[in-house]
Amino acid sequence: MANTASTVPGAAGPEEASSRLQLVWRRFLRQRLALFGLAIVVLLFAVAYLSPYISLWQYTQLDFNAFLEPPGGSHWFGTTQNGFDVFALTMRGMQKSLVIGLLGALMATALAATIGAFAGYFGGVVNTALLTVIDLLMVLPAFLIIAILSPSFRGHTWLIFVVLLAAFQWMVTARIVRGMTLSLREREFVQAARFMGVPGWRIIFRHILPNMASLLIIDATINVSSLILAEVGLSFFGFGVQPPDVSLGTLIGDYAGAALTFPWEFYFPAGLLVVLVLAINLVGDGLRDAFDPNTQGRA
Amino acid sequence: MPQEPLLSVSNLSVSFRSESGLVRAVRGVSYDVRPGELLGIVGESGSGKSVSSLAIMNLLPGHAQVSGSARLNGQELIGRSDEELSAIRGKQIAMVFQDPLSALTPVYTVGEQIAEAVLVHEQVSKAAAKDRAVQLLELVGIPNATQRASAFPHEFSGGMRQRVMIAMAIANAPALIIADEPTTALDVTIQAQILDVLQTARKVTGAAIVLITHDLGVIAGVADRVAVMYAGTIVETGTVDELFYTPRMPYTLGLLGSIPRADAGARQPLTPIEGTPPSMVALPSGCPFRPRCPMRQDVCAEREPELLPIEGDGGPDARSVRLQPDPPGGPEGPQLQAGATNDQRPTTNDHRASCHFRDDIERRGLTSRDIFVAPAPTELARVLGARETRPTMLAVRDLVKAYPLMKGAVLRRKVGEVRAVDGVSFDIREGETLGLVGESGCGKTTTIMEILNLEKPLSGSIQVLGKDTASMTRADRFAIRRDLQVVFQDPMASLDPRLPIGDILAEPLRAHGVPDAQVSRRIRELLQLVGLQPEHVNRYPQAFSGGQRQRVGIARALALEPKVLVLDEPVSALDVSVRAGVINLLERLRAQLGLSYLFVAHDLAVVRHIADRIAVMYLGRIIETGTVDEVFDAPAHPYTQALLSAIPLPDPRKERQRVRIVLKGDLPSPANPPSGCRFRTRCQTFGALTEAQRQTCINEPPALAPRTGSADHLDACHWATVETVL
Repeated sequence: MANTASTVPGAAGPEEASSRLQLVWRRFLRQRLALFGLAIVVLLFAVAYLSPYISLWQYTQLDFNAFLEPPGGSHWFGTTQNGFDVFALTMRGMQKSLVIGLLGALMATALAATIGAFAGYFGGVVNTALLTVIDLLMVLPAFLIIAILSPSFRGHTWLIFVVLLAAFQWMVTARIVRGMTLSLREREFVQAARFMGVPGWRIIFRHILPNMASLLIIDATINVSSLILAEVGLSFFGFGVQPPDVSLGTLIGDYAGAALTFPWEFYFPAGLLVVLVLAINLVGDGLRDAFDPNTQGRA
Repeated sequence: MPQEPLLSVSNLSVSFRSESGLVRAVRGVSYDVRPGELLGIVGESGSGKSVSSLAIMNLLPGHAQVSGSARLNGQELIGRSDEELSAIRGKQIAMVFQDPLSALTPVYTVGEQIAEAVLVHEQVSKAAAKDRAVQLLELVGIPNATQRASAFPHEFSGGMRQRVMIAMAIANAPALIIADEPTTALDVTIQAQILDVLQTARKVTGAAIVLITHDLGVIAGVADRVAVMYAGTIVETGTVDELFYTPRMPYTLGLLGSIPRADAGARQPLTPIEGTPPSMVALPSGCPFRPRCPMRQDVCAEREPELLPIEGDGGPDARSVRLQPDPPGGPEGPQLQAGATNDQRPTTNDHRASCHFRDDIERRGLTSRDIFVAPAPTELARVLGARETRPTMLAVRDLVKAYPLMKGAVLRRKVGEVRAVDGVSFDIREGETLGLVGESGCGKTTTIMEILNLEKPLSGSIQVLGKDTASMTRADRFAIRRDLQVVFQDPMASLDPRLPIGDILAEPLRAHGVPDAQVSRRIRELLQLVGLQPEHVNRYPQAFSGGQRQRVGIARALALEPKVLVLDEPVSALDVSVRAGVINLLERLRAQLGLSYLFVAHDLAVVRHIADRIAVMYLGRIIETGTVDEVFDAPAHPYTQALLSAIPLPDPRKERQRVRIVLKGDLPSPANPPSGCRFRTRCQTFGALTEAQRQTCINEPPALAPRTGSADHLDACHWATVETVL
């Protein structure tokens, strides 16, 4: 066993078998751009949550000496016409939007993957039942339901809102996942696992979903931005995040009209949203390549 | 008799740019095709055999860089514009492709497509072209040609489509037909038909044929001369007899030694070639075969050997003729000599090999067994008693599997059923290998899927290790899966591409609750057992070659120490040179671990090599069964005889003497099988029977019974007579 030079120079010892997650993680760490994206997401989180301690102004504070001031002085991103500090507002908004986007996207994609794969793999009654649920949710007007339900949880945590948003976001992906599962189910490696006595749910999570990782990762990254924007619409009609609380979505919605006259009110929240989505896309690309052994950089 | 070559290829090279570097797919290939000659080009996948012929036809994608020359009747083909070549393609050179389904346009009738081929090159009326199409279809043996000419490609079977392709190829009486793996996608009896048609086409048109294949057996029967390709270049060429009886390049020797033969009685040892063909991006220095060659020396690494004649070839007569010295092999060696041979030398001087030690091999008369090492037979783990005394591992009785035929989109109703498996019975005793053979569509895959599902069959019974699947509980099934495992045909599809092989091998162990501490030790054991390095646990399946992947598949099947292994065509997707290694591995494992195999295959030569007993299936039924030697040496059922006679043997002399039984037509639809004996519609002896005898065939399905030999040799033919065909 002296000939181990070709194996992974990792911490796990020269010929220790690594699990797939370790390998994927190692392959992920080898990608510069993805790490860069990850660093930006972490940085955005850090800045958003640390901003109350570093900013000179709080998002609820008004500066009556500075209305519609361009960036400069103690107002790093300038102020609004009411004298709110744009930096403080943006950071507060980002706290909300990061959680809504990331958590919501993860939940929506996970739900889509699980339900789609179960419907496709098991077929029969399970398939019919799950498809009925998917079709029902697709025809229900999501906006209306959330609007009707939102008064009942007003005052409770706004995280319920994230769950609701995610609950109406997964159906289309679930149908795609189901279709892909139908073809993957017939593949020989899935049959081999079945003939080994591996239970169905484990085959789904070990063989079927990883083989459509690209789709799921792309779906999740798209979900991040679409959920952040979906929240804008709801907030606009008075559901979701309510003033004085803000989210990136409400800020973009409120100040879109000022984009040409007082650009700092619009471009800082909008720019940060773009940066966030781009960073998440980079992470997504990195994860996809790490999952896909066909790409360069073999372990 | 000196003859101008029809096609003269010299120093042809093709390369492609790829992300990983320049792929040198063809590296300086030179050969001549004489008028009316059949040249076989043999090589494994990636050896450049198809690319070189596509380059001659200028059918390669635009980014391919082609250099060298190919002259057809003195007319240069390389570097011509597409328009100029269009006048030559189809008229002077025609091509027959491997996949007849994608080579025909689905929206036109076959008659129109053949007529088009005529119209493009000839000034004739449409009606005349159509008549010509019908004649051509008749010539290639399509029954009712007039009506079939107006049928669409999807209405034809694979074999029939290939006939249409041949008809199209000979439509303008070309001087040269290039057939690229024309029979690879077809069953063995259909392959025999197509080779027959090709020979007819050659006789009628007088065309020379370049037959590209990976199957040495196919070449042996039909070729006049053979060129063996390896790593983008020709490594040995000569007449078919020279190449098969006195090969002088270790690679050719290895190939010939590694193919099992259907006519070899006792288990002949196979000599596998170690390793895998080199990547065309990073070729080894010197001789490309060096890393796999047991004869390699320092000189092999220094320079690549040229394709040079063999000293003292062709017996004493040839030697006297060969008094004049060979031209020195400069850098232009092969082409110079190609010119020289055409002067006055006898054709025997054509035998060339690119090996530094070709003369050495010649002098010492080395065979594949002298150069390559055949593994010593493995000691049996246990001495097995007589067959009757051994326990039955797997017993199948009257198994039936039917698929309903549905009609209607909204209100689906059953309009019939397809009995894919219709009353199949066999059993496998401990330590035994049963070969289940038949052509595609005969129900062999359905049979093993029924066994592996471990469910209660529609009718009949399946017993695994004495337990009936009908009465099994979920827990019983789970427990029995430990003892019954499977190896699939396609090693790429049967390994999850997203899992490192460590996880792939751990899967069955973890599913059956083997503690983690033992799992990693067992994985290492398994990798060693199948001849892979344990350091490779963290690699993904993509990093392995086909043969290595199949070893991983075998290791996974062995993880739980099963007693019965179902092998579904385990070597048919592998390259010829690595096949022998996997076959030897399977044999070793069976002896070492005391396994029983159910070996499903369509390649009868492999079955003869590995199996103890054989069951031949036709349209969902077993029509003959017995020990391998009985069935191969004394086949009783006409179908078995036809099947055996269709196997090409890698032995030119024997091939020339053999009388091939060519079956009529294709497999009937299993949805509507013939009454009585299912084989009677294609049976070659049916025609010779008396009317009363024929009535029996039509009315009574023959039962499987001992009719000709020992009580163990059963066949399902009313009028069974033994006929030796191998």
